[in-house]
Amino acid sequence: MDKIKFATVWLAGCSGCHMSFLDLDEFLIELAGLVDVVFSPIGTDLKDYPEGVDVCLVEGAIANEENLELALEIRRKTKTLISFGDCAVTANVPAMRNMMGNKTAAPVLERAYIELADEKPHLPNAPGIVPELLDRVLPVHEVIPIDIFMPGCPPSADRIRATLEPLLQGKTPEMVGREMIKFG
Amino acid sequence: MAVNTLTIDGKEIAIEAGKTILDAAKEAGVPIPTLCHMEGVHDVGACRLCIVEAEGTPKLLPACVTAATEGMVIHTQTEKLQNYRRMTVELIFAEGNHVCSICVANGNCELQDVAVDVGMDHSRFSYRFPDRGCDLSHSQFGIDHNRCIMCTRCVRVCDEVEGAHVWDVGSRGPDCFIVAGLDQPWGEVDACTSCGKCVDACPTGAIFHKGETTGEKEGDRGKMAFLTTAREKQEWTR
Repeated sequence: MDKIKFATVWLAGCSGCHMSFLDLDEFLIELAGLVDVVFSPIGTDLKDYPEGVDVCLVEGAIANEENLELALEIRRKTKTLISFGDCAVTANVPAMRNMMGNKTAAPVLERAYIELADEKPHLPNAPGIVPELLDRVLPVHEVIPIDIFMPGCPPSADRIRATLEPLLQGKTPEMVGREMIKFG
Repeated sequence: MAVNTLTIDGKEIAIEAGKTILDAAKEAGVPIPTLCHMEGVHDVGACRLCIVEAEGTPKLLPACVTAATEGMVIHTQTEKLQNYRRMTVELIFAEGNHVCSICVANGNCELQDVAVDVGMDHSRFSYRFPDRGCDLSHSQFGIDHNRCIMCTRCVRVCDEVEGAHVWDVGSRGPDCFIVAGLDQPWGEVDACTSCGKCVDACPTGAIFHKGETTGEKEGDRGKMAFLTTAREKQEWTR
Protein backbone atom coordinates (compact mmCIF):
# COMPACT_ATOMS: atom_id res chain seq x y z
CA MET A 1 0.00 0.00 0.00
CA ASP A 2 1.24 3.47 -0.83
CA LYS A 3 2.04 5.68 2.10
CA ILE A 4 -0.51 8.34 3.00
CA LYS A 5 0.38 11.68 1.47
CA PHE A 6 0.32 14.08 4.42
CA ALA A 7 0.52 17.88 4.45
CA THR A 8 0.13 20.79 6.86
CA VAL A 9 -0.42 24.43 5.93
CA TRP A 10 -0.10 27.60 7.96
CA LEU A 11 -2.53 30.42 7.16
CA ALA A 12 -3.40 33.31 9.51
CA GLY A 13 -2.42 31.86 12.88
CA CYS A 14 0.44 32.08 15.35
CA SER A 15 1.97 28.66 14.45
CA GLY A 16 1.04 27.46 17.95
CA CYS A 17 -0.93 24.56 16.44
CA HIS A 18 2.16 23.47 14.54
CA MET A 19 4.18 23.77 17.76
CA SER A 20 1.59 21.56 19.46
CA PHE A 21 1.99 19.13 16.56
CA LEU A 22 5.70 18.94 17.39
CA ASP A 23 4.64 18.08 20.96
CA LEU A 24 3.61 14.69 19.55
CA ASP A 25 7.21 13.78 20.45
CA GLU A 26 8.00 10.10 19.78
CA PHE A 27 4.72 9.59 17.90
CA LEU A 28 6.27 11.78 15.20
CA ILE A 29 8.73 8.97 14.50
CA GLU A 30 5.88 6.48 14.18
CA LEU A 31 3.99 8.95 11.99
CA ALA A 32 7.02 9.50 9.76
CA GLY A 33 6.99 5.76 9.05
CA LEU A 34 3.33 5.81 8.01
CA VAL A 35 3.09 8.96 5.91
CA ASP A 36 4.94 10.86 3.22
CA VAL A 37 5.17 14.49 4.30
CA VAL A 38 4.61 16.23 0.97
CA PHE A 39 4.12 19.85 2.13
CA SER A 40 4.55 21.49 5.54
CA PRO A 41 6.21 24.59 7.01
CA ILE A 42 7.77 22.36 9.68
CA GLY A 43 8.30 19.18 7.65
CA THR A 44 9.51 20.07 4.17
CA ASP A 45 11.11 22.93 2.31
CA LEU A 46 8.77 22.68 -0.69
CA LYS A 47 7.09 25.86 -1.90
CA ASP A 48 4.38 24.37 -4.13
CA TYR A 49 1.47 22.34 -2.82
CA PRO A 50 1.43 19.02 -4.73
CA GLU A 51 -1.47 17.14 -6.33
CA GLY A 52 -3.16 14.12 -4.75
CA VAL A 53 -2.66 14.85 -1.03
CA ASP A 54 -4.59 12.48 1.24
CA VAL A 55 -4.71 14.36 4.57
CA CYS A 56 -3.93 18.00 5.32
CA LEU A 57 -3.99 19.92 8.61
CA VAL A 58 -4.95 23.56 8.01
CA GLU A 59 -3.83 25.98 10.71
CA GLY A 60 -5.05 29.56 10.73
CA ALA A 61 -7.89 31.70 9.47
CA ILE A 62 -8.34 33.30 6.05
CA ALA A 63 -7.07 36.85 6.50
CA ASN A 64 -5.35 37.86 3.25
CA GLU A 65 -5.30 37.10 -0.48
CA GLU A 66 -2.49 34.59 -0.14
CA ASN A 67 -4.44 32.62 2.52
CA LEU A 68 -7.47 32.59 0.26
CA GLU A 69 -5.52 31.44 -2.79
CA LEU A 70 -3.78 28.64 -0.89
CA ALA A 71 -7.07 27.53 0.70
CA LEU A 72 -8.70 27.15 -2.71
CA GLU A 73 -5.65 25.30 -4.01
CA ILE A 74 -5.42 22.80 -1.14
CA ARG A 75 -9.13 22.04 -1.45
CA ARG A 76 -8.67 21.13 -5.12
CA LYS A 77 -5.68 18.91 -4.37
CA THR A 78 -6.62 17.22 -1.06
CA LYS A 79 -8.94 14.37 -0.08
CA THR A 80 -9.38 15.06 3.66
CA LEU A 81 -8.99 18.60 4.98
CA ILE A 82 -8.85 19.15 8.73
CA SER A 83 -9.50 22.59 10.23
CA PHE A 84 -6.64 22.55 12.71
CA GLY A 85 -7.16 24.72 15.79
CA ASP A 86 -9.42 27.62 16.76
CA CYS A 87 -8.13 30.09 14.13
CA ALA A 88 -9.10 27.71 11.33
CA VAL A 89 -12.36 26.70 13.04
CA THR A 90 -13.62 30.04 14.41
CA ALA A 91 -11.16 32.62 12.98
CA ASN A 92 -10.30 33.28 16.67
CA VAL A 93 -7.80 36.05 17.53
CA PRO A 94 -6.95 37.07 13.93
CA ALA A 95 -10.66 37.85 13.44
CA MET A 96 -10.78 40.28 16.36
CA ARG A 97 -9.97 42.98 13.82
CA ASN A 98 -13.42 42.33 12.33
CA MET A 99 -14.84 44.06 15.42
CA MET A 100 -13.20 47.28 14.19
CA GLY A 101 -15.43 47.17 11.13
CA ASN A 102 -16.68 44.38 8.92
CA LYS A 103 -16.57 46.29 5.66
CA THR A 104 -12.87 46.88 5.00
CA ALA A 105 -9.47 46.21 6.54
CA ALA A 106 -8.67 49.94 6.54
CA PRO A 107 -9.37 50.58 10.26
CA VAL A 108 -6.93 47.90 11.46
CA LEU A 109 -4.20 49.04 9.07
CA GLU A 110 -4.67 52.65 10.11
CA ARG A 111 -4.57 51.70 13.78
CA ALA A 112 -1.38 49.67 13.41
CA TYR A 113 0.62 51.70 10.89
CA ILE A 114 -0.62 55.27 11.41
CA GLU A 115 -2.05 55.78 14.91
CA LEU A 116 0.48 53.59 16.72
CA ALA A 117 3.48 54.41 14.57
CA ASP A 118 6.45 55.91 16.43
CA GLU A 119 7.95 57.52 13.37
CA LYS A 120 7.17 57.82 9.66
CA PRO A 121 3.58 56.62 9.75
CA HIS A 122 2.58 55.08 6.42
CA LEU A 123 0.48 52.19 5.17
CA PRO A 124 2.37 49.18 3.77
CA ASN A 125 2.06 49.10 -0.01
CA ALA A 126 3.99 46.53 -2.05
CA PRO A 127 1.69 45.11 -4.71
CA GLY A 128 2.61 41.55 -5.65
CA ILE A 129 4.90 41.15 -2.62
CA VAL A 130 2.86 41.81 0.53
CA PRO A 131 -0.53 40.09 0.17
CA GLU A 132 -3.50 42.45 0.56
CA LEU A 133 -5.68 41.92 3.64
CA LEU A 134 -9.21 40.71 2.96
CA ASP A 135 -12.06 42.94 4.14
CA ARG A 136 -12.79 40.52 6.97
CA VAL A 137 -11.10 37.49 8.48
CA LEU A 138 -13.01 34.24 7.96
CA PRO A 139 -12.95 30.70 9.39
CA VAL A 140 -11.62 28.30 6.74
CA HIS A 141 -14.96 26.49 6.29
CA GLU A 142 -16.59 29.74 5.14
CA VAL A 143 -14.29 29.66 2.12
CA ILE A 144 -13.89 25.94 1.30
CA PRO A 145 -15.67 22.76 2.48
CA ILE A 146 -13.92 21.16 5.47
CA ASP A 147 -14.08 17.46 6.34
CA ILE A 148 -13.03 17.41 10.01
CA PHE A 149 -12.97 20.14 12.65
CA MET A 150 -10.34 20.02 15.40
CA PRO A 151 -10.83 23.03 17.72
CA GLY A 152 -8.41 24.11 20.44
CA CYS A 153 -5.98 26.96 20.99
CA PRO A 154 -3.87 25.04 20.39
CA PRO A 155 -5.32 21.52 20.18
CA SER A 156 -3.23 19.39 22.55
CA ALA A 157 -0.84 16.80 21.16
CA ASP A 158 -3.18 14.11 22.54
CA ARG A 159 -6.09 15.60 20.61
CA ILE A 160 -4.01 15.78 17.42
CA ARG A 161 -2.94 12.16 17.83
CA ALA A 162 -6.51 11.00 18.56
CA THR A 163 -7.62 12.73 15.34
CA LEU A 164 -4.82 11.43 13.13
CA GLU A 165 -4.63 7.81 14.32
CA PRO A 166 -8.06 6.72 13.00
CA LEU A 167 -7.34 8.51 9.70
CA LEU A 168 -4.13 6.53 9.29
CA GLN A 169 -6.24 3.37 9.54
CA GLY A 170 -8.72 4.68 6.99
CA LYS A 171 -11.36 5.50 9.62
CA THR A 172 -13.06 8.77 10.52
CA PRO A 173 -12.19 10.17 13.98
CA GLU A 174 -15.05 10.85 16.39
CA MET A 175 -14.89 14.52 17.28
CA VAL A 176 -17.00 14.46 20.46
CA GLY A 177 -16.42 15.19 24.14
CA ARG A 178 -14.28 17.65 26.07
CA GLU A 179 -11.00 15.99 25.14
CA MET A 180 -11.71 16.42 21.42
CA ILE A 181 -13.74 19.61 20.84
CA LYS A 182 -13.37 22.07 23.71
CA PHE A 183 -12.60 25.50 22.27
CA GLY A 184 -9.79 27.62 23.71
CA MET B 1 -50.07 18.90 48.92
CA ALA B 2 -51.25 18.32 45.35
CA VAL B 3 -48.96 16.11 43.34
CA ASN B 4 -48.68 15.67 39.56
CA THR B 5 -47.44 12.51 37.92
CA LEU B 6 -45.65 12.67 34.58
CA THR B 7 -43.21 10.70 32.43
CA ILE B 8 -39.80 12.03 31.42
CA ASP B 9 -37.76 9.93 28.99
CA GLY B 10 -39.71 6.86 30.09
CA LYS B 11 -39.25 7.51 33.81
CA GLU B 12 -42.38 8.05 35.94
CA ILE B 13 -42.06 10.92 38.34
CA ALA B 14 -44.39 12.43 40.94
CA ILE B 15 -43.80 16.08 41.77
CA GLU B 16 -45.45 18.80 43.81
CA ALA B 17 -47.95 20.90 41.82
CA GLY B 18 -46.51 24.21 40.63
CA LYS B 19 -43.04 22.81 39.91
CA THR B 20 -41.54 23.03 36.43
CA ILE B 21 -40.56 20.31 33.97
CA LEU B 22 -36.92 21.15 34.75
CA ASP B 23 -37.57 20.57 38.48
CA ALA B 24 -39.21 17.25 37.65
CA ALA B 25 -36.34 16.20 35.39
CA LYS B 26 -33.87 16.98 38.17
CA GLU B 27 -35.94 14.91 40.57
CA ALA B 28 -35.94 12.04 38.06
CA GLY B 29 -32.20 12.36 37.48
CA VAL B 30 -32.64 13.28 33.82
CA PRO B 31 -30.05 15.88 32.76
CA ILE B 32 -31.31 18.80 30.62
CA PRO B 33 -28.75 21.38 29.45
CA THR B 34 -29.30 24.95 30.69
CA LEU B 35 -27.53 28.30 30.56
CA CYS B 36 -29.81 31.03 31.87
CA HIS B 37 -31.16 28.87 34.70
CA MET B 38 -29.51 29.35 38.07
CA GLU B 39 -30.55 27.94 41.43
CA GLY B 40 -31.51 30.74 43.79
CA VAL B 41 -33.18 33.10 41.31
CA HIS B 42 -36.39 32.85 39.27
CA ASP B 43 -36.36 31.49 35.70
CA VAL B 44 -36.92 33.53 32.54
CA GLY B 45 -36.46 31.06 29.65
CA ALA B 46 -33.94 33.28 27.90
CA CYS B 47 -31.49 30.78 26.39
CA ARG B 48 -33.90 28.11 25.05
CA LEU B 49 -31.38 25.37 25.71
CA CYS B 50 -33.73 23.46 28.00
CA ILE B 51 -36.41 22.97 25.32
CA VAL B 52 -38.21 19.61 25.55
CA GLU B 53 -40.91 17.85 23.54
CA ALA B 54 -44.27 17.04 25.11
CA GLU B 55 -46.49 14.44 23.42
CA GLY B 56 -49.67 15.99 22.07
CA THR B 57 -48.21 19.40 21.30
CA PRO B 58 -46.07 20.36 18.29
CA LYS B 59 -44.47 23.22 20.23
CA LEU B 60 -41.09 22.86 21.89
CA LEU B 61 -41.39 23.83 25.54
CA PRO B 62 -38.73 25.55 27.66
CA ALA B 63 -38.48 23.18 30.64
CA CYS B 64 -37.43 25.90 33.11
CA VAL B 65 -40.62 27.96 32.73
CA THR B 66 -43.20 25.29 31.84
CA ALA B 67 -45.25 23.83 34.67
CA ALA B 68 -45.16 20.05 35.04
CA THR B 69 -48.78 18.96 34.70
CA GLU B 70 -50.59 15.68 35.29
CA GLY B 71 -50.08 13.02 32.64
CA MET B 72 -47.44 14.85 30.60
CA VAL B 73 -45.18 12.64 28.50
CA ILE B 74 -41.88 14.47 28.02
CA HIS B 75 -38.92 13.66 25.80
CA THR B 76 -35.65 15.50 26.43
CA GLN B 77 -33.15 13.98 24.00
CA THR B 78 -34.85 13.49 20.62
CA GLU B 79 -32.84 14.11 17.45
CA LYS B 80 -34.93 17.22 16.77
CA LEU B 81 -34.10 18.68 20.18
CA GLN B 82 -30.41 17.86 19.86
CA ASN B 83 -30.33 19.62 16.48
CA TYR B 84 -32.07 22.70 17.84
CA ARG B 85 -29.85 22.83 20.93
CA ARG B 86 -26.68 22.70 18.85
CA MET B 87 -28.07 25.39 16.57
CA THR B 88 -28.93 27.55 19.60
CA VAL B 89 -25.39 27.29 20.95
CA GLU B 90 -23.89 28.04 17.54
CA LEU B 91 -26.11 31.12 17.26
CA ILE B 92 -25.00 32.33 20.69
CA PHE B 93 -21.35 32.00 19.62
CA ALA B 94 -22.04 33.69 16.27
CA GLU B 95 -23.98 36.54 17.88
CA GLY B 96 -21.32 37.92 20.24
CA ASN B 97 -17.52 37.95 20.21
CA HIS B 98 -16.55 34.79 22.06
CA VAL B 99 -12.81 34.23 21.81
CA CYS B 100 -12.20 31.36 24.27
CA SER B 101 -8.43 31.38 23.97
CA ILE B 102 -8.05 34.85 25.47
CA CYS B 103 -11.04 34.83 27.84
CA VAL B 104 -10.84 35.09 31.64
CA ALA B 105 -13.32 32.21 31.90
CA ASN B 106 -11.51 29.80 29.55
CA GLY B 107 -11.79 26.35 31.13
CA ASN B 108 -14.46 27.48 33.57
CA CYS B 109 -17.20 28.73 31.26
CA GLU B 110 -20.72 27.35 31.03
CA LEU B 111 -21.04 28.38 27.37
CA GLN B 112 -17.85 26.51 26.53
CA ASP B 113 -19.09 23.46 28.48
CA VAL B 114 -22.46 23.48 26.78
CA ALA B 115 -20.76 23.68 23.35
CA VAL B 116 -18.97 20.44 24.20
CA ASP B 117 -22.22 18.88 25.48
CA VAL B 118 -24.15 19.63 22.29
CA GLY B 119 -21.25 18.44 20.12
CA MET B 120 -20.43 21.80 18.55
CA ASP B 121 -17.09 21.41 16.72
CA HIS B 122 -17.69 24.52 14.59
CA SER B 123 -20.38 27.12 13.89
CA ARG B 124 -22.42 26.75 10.70
CA PHE B 125 -23.49 30.38 11.09
CA SER B 126 -21.31 33.32 10.14
CA TYR B 127 -19.96 35.27 13.08
CA ARG B 128 -21.42 38.77 13.37
CA PHE B 129 -18.47 40.48 15.06
CA PRO B 130 -20.70 43.15 16.59
CA ASP B 131 -19.19 46.38 17.85
CA ARG B 132 -19.70 46.09 21.62
CA GLY B 133 -17.83 47.78 24.41
CA CYS B 134 -16.31 47.14 27.80
CA ASP B 135 -17.06 49.02 31.02
CA LEU B 136 -14.10 49.13 33.38
CA SER B 137 -15.31 52.08 35.45
CA HIS B 138 -15.97 50.00 38.60
CA SER B 139 -13.03 49.85 41.00
CA GLN B 140 -13.11 46.07 41.46
CA PHE B 141 -14.99 44.56 38.53
CA GLY B 142 -15.39 44.89 34.78
CA ILE B 143 -18.03 43.96 32.21
CA ASP B 144 -17.07 42.96 28.66
CA HIS B 145 -20.25 43.04 26.59
CA ASN B 146 -18.53 41.04 23.82
CA ARG B 147 -18.76 37.92 26.01
CA CYS B 148 -22.34 38.49 27.21
CA ILE B 149 -24.99 35.96 26.16
CA MET B 150 -27.94 37.92 27.63
CA CYS B 151 -28.86 35.17 30.10
CA THR B 152 -29.73 37.99 32.57
CA ARG B 153 -28.47 36.01 35.56
CA CYS B 154 -26.63 39.15 36.77
CA VAL B 155 -29.84 41.18 36.49
CA ARG B 156 -31.80 38.64 38.51
CA VAL B 157 -29.19 37.96 41.17
CA CYS B 158 -28.65 41.67 41.81
CA ASP B 159 -32.38 42.26 42.09
CA GLU B 160 -33.52 39.13 43.89
CA VAL B 161 -30.59 38.11 46.10
CA GLU B 162 -28.68 41.33 46.74
CA GLY B 163 -31.74 43.60 46.42
CA ALA B 164 -29.75 46.36 44.72
CA HIS B 165 -31.13 46.12 41.13
CA VAL B 166 -28.10 47.69 39.51
CA TRP B 167 -28.51 45.77 36.24
CA ASP B 168 -31.16 45.87 33.55
CA VAL B 169 -31.54 45.10 29.86
CA GLY B 170 -31.34 47.92 27.34
CA SER B 171 -32.32 48.14 23.67
CA ARG B 172 -33.97 45.46 21.48
CA GLY B 173 -33.16 42.33 19.49
CA PRO B 174 -29.51 41.76 18.61
CA ASP B 175 -28.64 45.19 20.03
CA CYS B 176 -29.73 44.15 23.53
CA PHE B 177 -27.15 44.75 26.19
CA ILE B 178 -26.84 44.81 29.96
CA VAL B 179 -27.05 48.32 31.40
CA ALA B 180 -25.81 49.49 34.79
CA GLY B 181 -28.15 51.91 36.58
CA LEU B 182 -29.81 54.20 34.09
CA ASP B 183 -27.30 53.19 31.37
CA GLN B 184 -24.47 54.81 33.32
CA PRO B 185 -20.85 53.75 33.79
CA TRP B 186 -20.97 50.93 36.37
CA GLY B 187 -18.58 52.77 38.70
CA GLU B 188 -21.00 55.71 38.95
CA VAL B 189 -24.03 53.65 40.01
CA ASP B 190 -24.61 54.39 43.73
CA ALA B 191 -26.92 51.39 44.12
CA CYS B 192 -24.03 48.95 43.54
CA THR B 193 -22.84 47.47 46.83
CA SER B 194 -19.77 45.88 45.18
CA CYS B 195 -20.91 42.50 46.52
CA GLY B 196 -19.65 40.65 43.44
CA LYS B 197 -22.65 38.32 43.12
CA CYS B 198 -23.03 39.22 39.43
CA VAL B 199 -19.42 38.11 38.87
CA ASP B 200 -20.19 34.70 40.37
CA ALA B 201 -23.54 34.43 38.60
CA CYS B 202 -22.14 35.18 35.12
CA PRO B 203 -21.86 31.91 33.16
CA THR B 204 -19.15 33.29 30.85
CA GLY B 205 -16.31 35.77 31.23
CA ALA B 206 -18.54 38.81 30.61
CA ILE B 207 -18.41 40.01 34.24
CA PHE B 208 -15.08 39.49 35.96
CA HIS B 209 -12.77 40.64 38.72
CA LYS B 210 -10.30 43.22 37.54
CA GLY B 211 -6.81 41.77 37.32
CA GLU B 212 -7.96 38.32 36.24
CA THR B 213 -6.29 37.21 33.03
CA THR B 214 -6.87 34.28 30.65
CA GLY B 215 -8.45 31.30 32.34
CA GLU B 216 -8.23 32.83 35.84
CA LYS B 217 -11.91 33.44 36.57
CA GLU B 218 -13.57 30.78 38.65
CA GLY B 219 -17.15 31.84 39.36
CA ASP B 220 -18.79 30.48 42.52
CA ARG B 221 -22.06 29.39 40.94
CA GLY B 222 -23.39 27.57 43.99
CA LYS B 223 -23.30 30.77 46.05
CA MET B 224 -26.77 32.05 45.07
CA ALA B 225 -28.49 28.75 45.87
CA PHE B 226 -26.62 28.66 49.19
CA LEU B 227 -27.68 32.21 50.08
CA THR B 228 -31.34 31.64 49.30
CA THR B 229 -31.46 28.34 51.20
CA ALA B 230 -29.65 30.01 54.08
CA ARG B 231 -32.24 32.75 54.25
CA GLU B 232 -35.30 30.56 53.74
CA LYS B 233 -34.28 27.49 55.78
CA GLN B 234 -31.78 29.09 58.17
CA GLU B 235 -29.00 26.77 56.98
CA TRP B 236 -25.95 28.94 57.33
CA THR B 237 -23.19 26.46 56.50
CA ARG B 238 -22.17 25.00 53.17
